[in-house]
Amino acid sequence: MIEIKNLTCNYGNNIVFNGINLAIKKGSLAGIVGPSGSGKTTLIKAILGVVRPIAGEVYVNGKTIKNNPPPNIGYIPQLEAIEWDFPVTVEQVVMMGRHNKMGILPWSGKEDRKKVQEALDRLGILQYINHHIKTLSGGEQQRVFLARALVSEPELLILDEPTSGVDLKTQHDILHFLLTLNKKGITIVLITHDLNAVAAHLPWIVCFNRGIVAEGKPDDVFNPEILKKTYNADVAVIRKGHLILMANATPFND
Amino acid sequence: MEFLITPLKYEFVVNGMIVAMMIGILCGIIGIYVVLRGMSYIGHGLSHAAFGGAVIGYIFSINLYIAAGVWGLLSAFLINLIVREKKIKADAAIGIVTTASFALGIALISRIRRFTKNLEAILFGNILGVTTEDIIIIGIVTLLVIIIIFFLYKQLLFVTFDPESANVYGTRASLIDAIFSFILAASIIVSLQVIGVTLIAAAIIIPASTARLLTNNFNKMFFLSIAIGAITSVAGIYASFYLNAASGATIVLLGALIFSIVLIYNYIHRKIMLHEHAHSHLHGAIPHHHTHLDDAEHGHEHKEKP
Repeated sequence: MIEIKNLTCNYGNNIVFNGINLAIKKGSLAGIVGPSGSGKTTLIKAILGVVRPIAGEVYVNGKTIKNNPPPNIGYIPQLEAIEWDFPVTVEQVVMMGRHNKMGILPWSGKEDRKKVQEALDRLGILQYINHHIKTLSGGEQQRVFLARALVSEPELLILDEPTSGVDLKTQHDILHFLLTLNKKGITIVLITHDLNAVAAHLPWIVCFNRGIVAEGKPDDVFNPEILKKTYNADVAVIRKGHLILMANATPFND
Repeated sequence: MEFLITPLKYEFVVNGMIVAMMIGILCGIIGIYVVLRGMSYIGHGLSHAAFGGAVIGYIFSINLYIAAGVWGLLSAFLINLIVREKKIKADAAIGIVTTASFALGIALISRIRRFTKNLEAILFGNILGVTTEDIIIIGIVTLLVIIIIFFLYKQLLFVTFDPESANVYGTRASLIDAIFSFILAASIIVSLQVIGVTLIAAAIIIPASTARLLTNNFNKMFFLSIAIGAITSVAGIYASFYLNAASGATIVLLGALIFSIVLIYNYIHRKIMLHEHAHSHLHGAIPHHHTHLDDAEHGHEHKEKP
């Protein structure tokens, strides 16, 4: 589904990562973990075609994304990047995911409105369809952007920190929803900071720090050695049955 | 009714009214995107930059619209060049280039010492002195802007709200931005002689800002902004006729008055009718603090009104 070959990206005069190779198979549900400033967001933006690499190629479904964003892709940005005072209703935001399928006229068709309502209903927020986006809670806002991605009928879904700033119940609901989508055949790649509540429950993990440190199942990559290389810090890993718990193991000095 | 009909007996008032209505619609449309993109300063800057071009055009007998347009484009190019330097941000670059261009216009006028009626109109506006040529040019630009906005309505909304995602979902944000810059520049240049360099920014911003206060729905804001722009422009001409004051100024003043009334109404509505107050509650385990309104959209229950 996604094939990254010798990819090098920069930010101003700094090289963010150099010559990385990564393959994400169709039908995967992969989480990219790593510290702040490790280049995770740059990596997914290169996959989305928003950041132009200085070398290397990104292929989605066998086609290079050079100059064009890959088709059939759903993207959920970090909620911090959204201007919440912008005068748009939930329906208007979700409808943006249908723009490419709507034709040249400015108004939406019956079919588009039906798709939007179905997505909102599926995510349990149909009652907010005419509400201003700012009036929703963090979890509900996250679902609005999930709905926008869904109505675009994506084959690939990319999420930047989908569980940051939402409570535990919503975190669980979002993760569960993503697993359901994945079972229906949608390939999902997400960035997460949350090792315990999110990353440990994903089938495939990519540990990233200005390059790929390791990739594999959580059982294989979540060990102190790989996490130390990823986070440049001591991380304790506690295993209890199927549960993996990770915590900062660097002692605090007085 | 006599009050409304009397000014229409004069051809120059009727012409002024037609032009004011078109400019009101134009500014109402453009203003929505200018306000929501936080680009208010660009409207102000572009009009000042175009003034330098208009004066040069006057000296060399070049068509005003062409001279102001070319000069505006040159200024935009210079601003881009400065911003690429990285150390200077866009607002500072706009301030330097456009004010320098305006200063050049003033310097040239003071040197030739011929402050003609035409240049005075560009500075302060002269709706009642519009020619048939002006009406035709403004009409063409208004129609062109309406057609472009009609076909790019969805894309412009997406790019204005979330440009990065718009790109991912297949809307080319850079192309939409370039088209918007073009129609913004064209609208400002044709409005210059009517509203004036000094008043154009307000004429663009006020209708959209008033509409923003009235609704949280983009579609409603769009039509409200156009309606406010058109109504204040026509009403401004009547005010100009009866108060014997400059028409550009009466339009802007009327717009500002409506904005103030809506602002005060919103404040009273929030504080008294909707009982706005600080409010804290929990989302799961996460404490959440915000100001709270008791309207249908924000339905938390209260045992007693604060």
